[in-house]
Amino acid sequence: MTGPAATPKIRMRGVRKAFGSKQVLDGVDLDVGAGSSMVILGGSGSGKSVTIKCILGLVTPDAGEIEVDGVNVLKLGRRDREALGDRIGMLFQNGALFDSLPVWENVCFKLLAQNRITRAKARDRAAEVLAQVGLAASVGELSPAELSGGMQKRVALARAIAAQPDIIFFDEPTTGLDPIMGAVIDGLIVDCVKKLGATAVSITHDMASARRIGDEAAMIYKGRMVWTGPAATLGHSGNAMVDQFANGEREGPIQMELRR
Amino acid sequence: MDLVLNPLAALGRGVLGGCRTAGNVALFALEALSHLFRPPFYGRLFLRAFVEIAYFSLPVVALTAVFTGMVLVLQSYTGFARFNATGAVANLVVLSITRELGPVLAGLMVAGRISASFAAEIGTMRVTDQIDALTTLSTNPMKYLVAPRLLAGAVAMPLLVVVADILGVMGGWLIATLKLGFVSSGYLKATFDFLQFDDVISGLVKASVFGFVVALMGTWCGYNSKGGAQGVGGATTTAVVTSSILILALDYVLTEMFFAQ
Ligand SMILES: Nc1ncnc2c1ncn2[C@@H]1O[C@H](COP(=O)(O)OP(=O)(O)O)[C@@H](O)[C@H]1O
Ligand SMILES: [Mg+2]
Repeated sequence: MTGPAATPKIRMRGVRKAFGSKQVLDGVDLDVGAGSSMVILGGSGSGKSVTIKCILGLVTPDAGEIEVDGVNVLKLGRRDREALGDRIGMLFQNGALFDSLPVWENVCFKLLAQNRITRAKARDRAAEVLAQVGLAASVGELSPAELSGGMQKRVALARAIAAQPDIIFFDEPTTGLDPIMGAVIDGLIVDCVKKLGATAVSITHDMASARRIGDEAAMIYKGRMVWTGPAATLGHSGNAMVDQFANGEREGPIQMELRR
Repeated sequence: MDLVLNPLAALGRGVLGGCRTAGNVALFALEALSHLFRPPFYGRLFLRAFVEIAYFSLPVVALTAVFTGMVLVLQSYTGFARFNATGAVANLVVLSITRELGPVLAGLMVAGRISASFAAEIGTMRVTDQIDALTTLSTNPMKYLVAPRLLAGAVAMPLLVVVADILGVMGGWLIATLKLGFVSSGYLKATFDFLQFDDVISGLVKASVFGFVVALMGTWCGYNSKGGAQGVGGATTTAVVTSSILILALDYVLTEMFFAQ
């Protein structure tokens, strides 16, 4: 058994992806150690979501390698890929809750899909998971459309952790929430990840959130990871680009592209 | 030279694009069908789609059929009266309805309702990442969203058309007896004596194909929609237009196949 330093949980090398003529990822390299929490920073449209979707297998890269536990996932067959997917949780940027199903069925969707639970038991299990994210069991009977933005994020978080994954992705978990609710969600994420002992990768462009959630941070710019380092140093990392981004300065090496 | 070649090039591109799309739709259908034979099976979702098609389309299809039968009697009476052949009205009505108008008109009505609703629902799921979410939740979206709907379309449409056939004939009978002075028993006898099993069956086969096509175009357009609310709107329109045209085109093809026998 090699140590976590030798075999990262997730390892990306030279991952490239273009949509049409637009090169979104242009050689992404990333290492995420087992049990650590990585935060990916970057401007809107810089390819953060695409990076995670590549690891999840929702987007197929044009080139490069993606390894999970040392296995190249791009070469896996359908069954192995599905088996890997069973161990991964994902919180989507806009929640992506199923509005045709009540909250409890959303939360237990993966457990039901994997036949790890019967429908009769699912309501109780959903209530337990909802309690973990600070929601009452009665919320389970509601439809996602009846919930406020903050509650939807909590339900999406509950759905992402319900099947006890060992890798979890969070795509902008606090975007669109007020600062207090953002801090609450961050706290829940840290608690849940710790309880599961999972490896976490989060996308954010909120610095306070990045420092709260992350052990490590990486910054993506023009399709590459331009910096990786401890999340605690954000804002005084010594890298001009990261510091400009973290401190929200208009002048600096990063030029906002208003139009491509 | 360019003036000659450009339209040709555009035509060529159009044909190639059309062929590619047709191929993609066929692959999509085959993949979805293959899921019908591999567990897990989503009976609950099949039932939901089935009820949506068979039960909730009933009022529209019933009204269409009744009025069509009523009009058909008046029109054919006008025509046949010129040859002193009004006795053939009942035969013409029952044949037109079972072989042709029942499946086609019900198909067009269902195309408007069902392919639009499938395209809008699945399209919204696509642009809000719900389809990607299914994949991350250990569920194959083709199996979960597409396969049950295709099956429901192929199974529900024939049932709907049986109802349409009966109501269409009843509508004709109503006008024939009340307005045109036919004797009720004579009209009905002429209707059923003349009707053959094959007439009904060919109509039901058509119905099943149309139901499948409607569900296929709805799910395909929704599944491949992109670009937010506008994209979903476009997908819905395309689904209704293509499924309606395909129904009319396939109607000819199927009729010719049955005709040849
Ligand atoms: N499926 C897709 N088809 C075409 N373009 C896409 C697709 N997904 C993402 N993009 C483009 O890739 C770029 C990066 O997107 P994304 O990763 O979502 O950005 P963000 O960093 O804000 O999460 C955007 O310009 C987006 O338009
Ligand atoms: Mg994003």
